[in-house]
Amino acid sequence: MRDSVHLLDAVVVANGFPLISGTTLSIEQGTVTVIKGANGAGKTSLLQLIGGLVPLSHGEGVVAGIDLSRQNRREVRRRVGWLGHEGSFYEDLTVAENLAFACAAMSVNPLEIPQVLERVDLLHRIDTRAKDLSAGQRRRVGIAWLLLRRPEIWLMDEPYASIDAQGRAFLEEVIGDASRAGATVLVSSHDEIDLGKQKYRTITMAGGRVVRST
Amino acid sequence: MIRIALLVARKDLRIEMHSRVLTWQVLPFGVMALLLCGLALGPTAAGHSHAAPGLFYIVITLMVLLMINRSTAIESNRGTRSSVATLGLDPSGVFLGKAAALVVEMWLASAVLLVGTVLFLHVDRAKTLSALPSIAVVVVALSLAGTLYGALTSSNSGSATLLPILALPAFAPLLIAGERAYSAVAYGGNLKVWWGLLLVSTVAYLILGILLYAVMEES
Repeated sequence: MRDSVHLLDAVVVANGFPLISGTTLSIEQGTVTVIKGANGAGKTSLLQLIGGLVPLSHGEGVVAGIDLSRQNRREVRRRVGWLGHEGSFYEDLTVAENLAFACAAMSVNPLEIPQVLERVDLLHRIDTRAKDLSAGQRRRVGIAWLLLRRPEIWLMDEPYASIDAQGRAFLEEVIGDASRAGATVLVSSHDEIDLGKQKYRTITMAGGRVVRST
Repeated sequence: MIRIALLVARKDLRIEMHSRVLTWQVLPFGVMALLLCGLALGPTAAGHSHAAPGLFYIVITLMVLLMINRSTAIESNRGTRSSVATLGLDPSGVFLGKAAALVVEMWLASAVLLVGTVLFLHVDRAKTLSALPSIAVVVVALSLAGTLYGALTSSNSGSATLLPILALPAFAPLLIAGERAYSAVAYGGNLKVWWGLLLVSTVAYLILGILLYAVMEES
């Protein structure tokens, strides 16, 4: 199976501070990888680098076959989906409007929106503004968007933060489905997480480096 | 580019329709500022003063700055920024869309302020109507320049204060030309030269925005 992500001595520097300091990593397509580490270990920065959201300062990086060092970050971004813990999309738009905007931007069929919202159990909040949703419901809007888009690489930054047991179980189910469909999933977490029957690899980060891989 | 521009403009206008920041916050501020200008001049002087076009443009500038901050703030939430970035939108289209939404909002605000100019500063109504084309073009140029400078300052934690410092020198020629064009219509004078400056500035900011917005966004 080909590598979905390949980093060699990757360094990311922002405002003179190294966020990623010499990381070498290969992740196979269709696998699930959990990135562990304390706050400030570089988990989010690693996801941002893989997603083309921050520039590679030194080293080499290839994501979905695209060379990160050749200013192709916009092309990389179109191949990844992002689920952040801060909430996604526009707070003053409704769930339906947010998803319709994203669908129109990526030429995805908007007729699937109700079906996907039903799956994430948010159909009853379709006309609710994003800012009026709970943290868990906002996370589900982000998941709905990933399900609509079906990106090659799913980048999930602390997706388990402030969600209940039911939400965790649902997230595990979604991650499993995405992996079985051939997507590469990267999940960051500073807590221990258990993906149940789902096979996954764990890498541990500290000080902007991968210090352990199991 | 045009498809993305229309999409972004519709999205920004829809956000304004839901949040009503212009209607309930910025517009009342502008009307109050204009009323205070009228009170400062006094009821007798207001009718005879030639200060009305300048005061109108000062208030428009303050409102544009507030609306640019609002326009950049809706994109600045970290989660929103990352999610929207993965849509891979064409930056030129985003620039045009955000500027177009700002133009529509500021045209509406200008219409209300012009009524205020007639009421509080006693400018002749017919002459004010004659100044509408130049005001419309100034608003377009301010929105284009403002969207560009908004992107430049958006990643800075002090963007609300940095924006006026950086943008006002760029706005200055537009404001001078707009004020002169309005004055020429209201009180007489050469109109052609100011129209020329306005049109050249508008086209320059349009081209600069399309070319540079991607760089601003990435930085």
